[in-house]
Amino acid sequence: MPNTKTAVPFSSTPEQMKALDAVIAKHKGQAGATMPVLQEAQEIFGYLPEEVQLIVAEGLGLSLSEVYGVVSFYTQFSVNPKGQKQIAVCMGTACYVKGAKEILEKIEKIVGCKAGGITPDGMFSIDATRCIGACGLAPVITIDGDVYGRLELDQIDGILAKYMK
Amino acid sequence: MADIIKLKINGIEVEAPQGATILEAARLAGIEIPTLCYMKEINAIGSCRICVVEVKGGRGLAAACVFPAADGMEVFTNTEAVADSRRGTLELMLSNHRMDCLTCLRSQSCELQNLSKTLGVDKVRYPLDNQEPELETSAPHLTRDNSKCILCRRCVAVCKKNQDVAVIGPNDRGFATHIGCAFDRDLAESPCVSCGQCIVACPTGALTERDQTQEVWDALADPDKHVVVGAAPSVRVTLGECFGMPVGENTEGKMFAALRRLGFDKVFDVDTTADLTIMEEANEFIERVQNKGKLPLITSCSPGWVSYCERYYPEFLDNLSTCKSPQQMFGAMVKTYYAQKAGIDPKNVFVVTIMPCTAKKYEILHRDSAIKGLPDVDVALTTRELGRMIERAGLMYADLPDEKPDPAFSEYTGAGVIFGATGGVMEAALRTAADTLTGQELKSVDYNGVRGLEGVKEASVDVAGLKVNVAVASGTANAKKLLDMVKSGEKDIHFIEIMGCPGGCVNGGGQPVQPMGLKNFTDVRAARAKSLYDMDKGNPLRKSHDSPLMKTVYKDFLGEPGSRKAHDVLHTHYHKTEKYPGVKV
Repeated sequence: MPNTKTAVPFSSTPEQMKALDAVIAKHKGQAGATMPVLQEAQEIFGYLPEEVQLIVAEGLGLSLSEVYGVVSFYTQFSVNPKGQKQIAVCMGTACYVKGAKEILEKIEKIVGCKAGGITPDGMFSIDATRCIGACGLAPVITIDGDVYGRLELDQIDGILAKYMK
Repeated sequence: MADIIKLKINGIEVEAPQGATILEAARLAGIEIPTLCYMKEINAIGSCRICVVEVKGGRGLAAACVFPAADGMEVFTNTEAVADSRRGTLELMLSNHRMDCLTCLRSQSCELQNLSKTLGVDKVRYPLDNQEPELETSAPHLTRDNSKCILCRRCVAVCKKNQDVAVIGPNDRGFATHIGCAFDRDLAESPCVSCGQCIVACPTGALTERDQTQEVWDALADPDKHVVVGAAPSVRVTLGECFGMPVGENTEGKMFAALRRLGFDKVFDVDTTADLTIMEEANEFIERVQNKGKLPLITSCSPGWVSYCERYYPEFLDNLSTCKSPQQMFGAMVKTYYAQKAGIDPKNVFVVTIMPCTAKKYEILHRDSAIKGLPDVDVALTTRELGRMIERAGLMYADLPDEKPDPAFSEYTGAGVIFGATGGVMEAALRTAADTLTGQELKSVDYNGVRGLEGVKEASVDVAGLKVNVAVASGTANAKKLLDMVKSGEKDIHFIEIMGCPGGCVNGGGQPVQPMGLKNFTDVRAARAKSLYDMDKGNPLRKSHDSPLMKTVYKDFLGEPGSRKAHDVLHTHYHKTEKYPGVKV
């Protein structure tokens, strides 16, 4: 298994840290506190880096491994921040049979990070999503909310170029 | 008799106590139900589905390890439906288990292999997946190969429940699920204490000690090296298990014979430096009591515990005895005192120890050494590794004669030998401290309050009119309980013994692996510990300071306990260690 640690260094504001402490204090001692604390922590930071998971673990009296086990189990949690520009590649059934896998691979190659990851400069993040409900447009991707459908592989370079300026 | 229930298992009437599981009730009817993920009281999760049985009137099959037996119940453990289900489950496990059984260290002691045989699985109908090794070798004590892992969670359970460190767990989900540290970092970067309890819990070859037998064979083959060996107290009551002998059988004489026949230049005994540890530690305790030093004094013989303290309770590092463990004292004394006496350059002396422990492999890299630049101990082997060397050498262990170790470090006392069981170090230290403080030869040497397998034991003992509160904990989860009580001021304790593994060294992570099916119903720790206490009782010398060897080494070399020389050779420092060196908050 590759180490899924993000390429972007973690930074936080004192307000975020204070909010995290409050969340931990609110749930500490409750049965099943881990899930709500992680969900609220992700709302604060946008994602759950190792540093935040460690604070949650120590705050709840768990080990980092126990917390990471939960984070890595649920797809709702992300250990990577979102890029300034967010690319989502639909991997729903219709898009998949229309070649979404090849499209994703091409985007990964051009942008320089894997699905679920972020580029070291923090510019792009890629998500492989479930069906986004635009099957008629398959295969489909979205970049910062712009929808691109009925894609052919050779269109990808041109589309991404618009966002690389 | 409301607390007894009656049920029928395979048509056999059986009475079982209320609350018994089907698994337990079946044993009372003389029926063994196979299990895999189940560890009594530690991992009762009913998840592997190997122990399934038919319960009359029940829907589907029930997991016998967790399903409570009930009055009037009818259970069938060996129907075709049960056999089919178990075989199917096992086949699925095997489909992504890397089967390199011919070359696997756990061949013939593998629970998966045994199950295949007993359940009659002679082929796997599914395409085999996962056939490349997935090795984790970052830590000095352990090798993990996830391609052989069947995700039973036994390692995870002991790491959390017995040791309370939980450095490993299941990561990711579905087919991608695998056991690893947080963020799949290296084990060496995690706060693992190297206890090896996960290894003795593993049913397969996924977890093994880092095998260093070749380093020892190489040293033995090197004519320039003077290779010296010594075995820890508990090894002599477990080594026989590697050769199918009864659990806990004392095979001390055969062990010495085997070591000699393997070609070691000198066969000594670490029991002797267990006595030496007591000489220093009892003196340290008396000094701390008389000079108002830091109390409670906490023993430091268990490197699993010391690693735990360095990572989880650094505020107690000043409480740790500065005495090295018997292993480190052994190496230090061999490379100084013995090398000097024998006229050998310590650089050419290669010290091998045989230990019940995997943390000893970590310890030899991290403690101060007696001679700058030379490690006290060169290689620490586990009991299992020695067993493999004996096998390779073709020695018929059970038929070996009883021999004695070589004179320089051979004579030990009963106090030295009980180091291998929880409470033993405490008892040994009290025997010497009591005599030293009273200036008399006290007749009563048995401190029963510190014996036995409870996780935390406390006693108040009268040492020369001084009331000494002592406590003993084994398993780092129990250490945590005890230390938290000391920290909160709830307990006023003067002297504490802590062993990293539950039950002490007899249950160390380097000991022969016994199948969980046996351990769930027999306490192998008790059988092994009993042998040690029997040896203590049968030894005319019960106190470390009565050992003629101790008198000699202090007269000829060390001066007196706690002397400058003793500190240079036999004592060490500890270091606060970051739990997660890779994460900065």
